[in-house]
Amino acid sequence: MIEPLWEVFIRSRRGLSHTHVGSLHAPDATMALRNARDVYTRRQEGVSIWVVRASDITASSPDEKDEFFDPAADKVYRHPTFYQVPEGVEHL
Amino acid sequence: MNDLFTYTLRLGDDALISAQRTAEWIAAAPQLEEDVALGNIGLDQLGQARSLLQYAGQVEGDGRTEDDLAYFRDERDFLNLQLCELPNGDFAHSMAKLLYFATYQHLLYEELRNSPDEMLAGVAGKAVKEVAYHVDHATQWVLRLGDGTEESHRRMQAGLEAFWPYTAEMFESDELVRRLAVAVDPSTLQDEWERLVMAVIDESTCSRPESSYQHRGGREGRHTEHLGYLLAELQHVARSHPGATW
Repeated sequence: MIEPLWEVFIRSRRGLSHTHVGSLHAPDATMALRNARDVYTRRQEGVSIWVVRASDITASSPDEKDEFFDPAADKVYRHPTFYQVPEGVEHL
Repeated sequence: MNDLFTYTLRLGDDALISAQRTAEWIAAAPQLEEDVALGNIGLDQLGQARSLLQYAGQVEGDGRTEDDLAYFRDERDFLNLQLCELPNGDFAHSMAKLLYFATYQHLLYEELRNSPDEMLAGVAGKAVKEVAYHVDHATQWVLRLGDGTEESHRRMQAGLEAFWPYTAEMFESDELVRRLAVAVDPSTLQDEWERLVMAVIDESTCSRPESSYQHRGGREGRHTEHLGYLLAELQHVARSHPGATW
């Protein structure tokens, strides 16, 4: 029995964002959520689960790596590294 | 024999024998995810069994531990429901059995939470959340298999019917539960159980099992032929190497 593949995202605690933790098979969304609970939160890993059908995810292709990501390599001005941070400023 | 000991043993044996059966699915379920799900459910049941058998040993006062009670009692000393010891059958059969048993356990633990016996109330308070998930898991599968393909419907219907003759025993009242103030009289749970289980069966498009001869005797240590084999597997290592540790 080949069932659809689902990607699982878990929020480990309140205030953090959901993080991809893995994938699993399930016949539908309701069962995917339950399977995710059983497979990925056995040791209190999370307080919230998202499941997304893997086929619904549009992903960048490894073939497009050059035009997608390389141009960012030499744009140092995109990093906020040209500012002097005054002394005593916290949480920056 | 001490009433509280006997009562605790009944609940503990239900949980222990169910755990052993559920564990048989691990690495044999229809999908990897189900192996893990049933592994979790079996371990929940085993956890309940451990707390209850440990407490039973304490109440008895003869120094028997949870291991003594699990591994060194014979078939006739086990007080579990016959439903718990029946072989798993196919996956649909197992989900029918889990629906019947977990719904019963859930109603029972909900009541037992209010028991004047702090230990029983404590075990029930923790277990009730675990068992709510078991009910949900069984429900999800009964709905999908019942309302699935022609073949899955046929198997789900067969599973629901196969275990039906072992359901009345769950609600059997006796002198002991009426006498023991900290116990829940299971006969008070039957109407609600039927309402809940029938709602799932109706929604699954299966038909309600017809009333039939009902087996009984587990609470008095009379069991089906299957319990002996289950205990042989459960107890073999502990009896071959008594006192072994690792």
